[in-house]
Amino acid sequence: MPETATDVVPDTTAAAPLLDVDHLTIKFGGVVALDDVTFDIRPGEILGLIGPNGAGKTTAFNVITGVYQATSGTVTFDGTVLRKKKRYQITKLGIARTFQNIRLFPSMTALDNVLVGADAHSKVGILRAIFRTPYFRRTERESKEEARRLLKFVGVDGRAEEFSTNLSYGDQRRLEIARALATRPKLICLDEPAAGFNPAEKQKLMQLIRDIRDAGNTVLLVEHDMKLVMGVCDRVVVLEFGKKIAEGTPAEIQADPAVIAAYLGVEEEDVDDAS
Amino acid sequence: MTSLRTRLADAGDWMSDRWAPVRSRLGKKPVKIPLIILGILLVYSLPILNPPLISTPNSDFPNVLFTVTLYAIVAVGLNIVTGYAGLLDLGYVGFYATGAYVVGLLTVYHAAWPFLLVLPVAMLVTLVTGILLGAPTLRVRGDYLAIVTMGFGELIRITIRNTEWLGGTGGIKAIPAPNSLTNGEGEPWFSIPHLHWEGLSPLIDLDEQTKFLVFGVLDATPYFWLALTALIIVILIERLVKNSRVGRMWEATREDEDAAEIMGVPTFKFKLAAFASGAFIGGLAGALFAAKAGYINPISFPANLSILFVAAVVIGGSGNRWGAIIGAVIVAYLPERFRELEDWRLLFFGAALVIIVSFRPQGLFPAYSARRARRAQREAELLTVGELDPEQEEAKRA
Repeated sequence: MPETATDVVPDTTAAAPLLDVDHLTIKFGGVVALDDVTFDIRPGEILGLIGPNGAGKTTAFNVITGVYQATSGTVTFDGTVLRKKKRYQITKLGIARTFQNIRLFPSMTALDNVLVGADAHSKVGILRAIFRTPYFRRTERESKEEARRLLKFVGVDGRAEEFSTNLSYGDQRRLEIARALATRPKLICLDEPAAGFNPAEKQKLMQLIRDIRDAGNTVLLVEHDMKLVMGVCDRVVVLEFGKKIAEGTPAEIQADPAVIAAYLGVEEEDVDDAS
Repeated sequence: MTSLRTRLADAGDWMSDRWAPVRSRLGKKPVKIPLIILGILLVYSLPILNPPLISTPNSDFPNVLFTVTLYAIVAVGLNIVTGYAGLLDLGYVGFYATGAYVVGLLTVYHAAWPFLLVLPVAMLVTLVTGILLGAPTLRVRGDYLAIVTMGFGELIRITIRNTEWLGGTGGIKAIPAPNSLTNGEGEPWFSIPHLHWEGLSPLIDLDEQTKFLVFGVLDATPYFWLALTALIIVILIERLVKNSRVGRMWEATREDEDAAEIMGVPTFKFKLAAFASGAFIGGLAGALFAAKAGYINPISFPANLSILFVAAVVIGGSGNRWGAIIGAVIVAYLPERFRELEDWRLLFFGAALVIIVSFRPQGLFPAYSARRARRAQREAELLTVGELDPEQEEAKRA
């Protein structure tokens, strides 16, 4: 199963990384949430970021999307160092994300939710809106077409005019992905997209993630569900207690003694011996 | 009690469902536009028609209409800030005062510019004031923002009171009326007699005539026409902005500021834009007020006026411009209509507000979204109880 995922991927090792996380450390007061973590994401791949609870996955995620600032170390995206960048600027650079606990705009329609994302890359202005300039009308039309297309892509097109709060749980998760895709990201970060899904829905989600990649995006996936991660990711980075303990293809990760130790729990000395 | 409340709240929805087919037919433009024009003309002619029951027996009706229209302008402006962008502004009177004082200062106190020139200047000055006050305050959220804006509203009033250059406690007197539109000889083009009602039979009252278009001291009708025209223009422009991506970004910011930011919305910029747009419109209302009143002083702009403005928006339905306008009509009109109750009217007014807020917590005319969301939720509840056949509903919708 994991091998099939690696087979379809062209070798991207040679290409320059899209996102480069270099010796990243984050401290909250005395707590070290991330300790000297280094990894990169290559264009066109699906990278899984896993680890036990509290390993620092979401923290890493939040640094990449600009919610937290790094204590030391750098994150470089597509040649730009992400430091002191506003969150919306990072979005415009080409990083989009979804949320672990769904954060849609509840009293806006599904279509409007996606439109907010789609608006990210057109100029907005009150005067443009008042005078309905040709630019305004053209981009508005394009945004609407794009939003409808994305709703269809994730499979919630039948409910475009419904309020997002009235969609089913699974549809809300998919709508969040559509909203993130609407910002035309180069890298899309999915924060536990399978949480609360049944096996059939997970299967569909795996296909959706592959479709997103095939549409030319790069995917960073934070997920607890091992079957999903191993089934869809090209490479996996494993964190534990803020440190990177392993990196490699799903097959390598599954065989890695340090990872097995982290997930199943092994005596301290055994881990040292193993690694 | 609860059931009565839900039933009353549902009555509104039932009405809107009932009228849906009529509305969709009205939605076709050829029928709709003449009806709208007729409605607008009717509102314009209200001070002339002086209709019984609606007219205020114990205070000058055109004057009341003017005040109501000013409140409606204010409500539309405040609805952008509070309703669309979700920023609770408890100091809106500050912008109203700024607009009024710019008119006072430039038409009589420091210069003698004509009103039509001062009006845009007043609005621009208020816009800048909005940006200056918004830039530092909009970094705080929620209740804190409400407190800070309230402070700024007071700050403006106190600054005026203590600055001689701005008129001080004495205020500014003899603010000239807007220039009248007259024919070559300085006479009004024509005069319109008002109607006077004996029971239900209308009589033409030749003693009370409105000169077109002379802004005098006694007759408030031309001021009402001016304010109503301003209100209509404001609504037309506000609609264009609301139904654009600016409106969407305001809503997204209101719903979830962090998520909006991560979706590429520069939320601070948009909050500031909402705040400044609101100020711009508040300045317009203030300028019209000064031109009509002829005399302004700091006491004209107390903090509780801000609260009344917010009450208008919330009662009518925050986030819905028509709701906000109706809220303004209620807040400004009811106390004048029932003037004969003297001091009791404030008690009744308070009771009316309490009743409205407890039975329709979303306001009398909640934003379309709130209304539809509630109906959908009820549908979902019925589905779980099993009273509604989902397939049948789907078929009905299709």
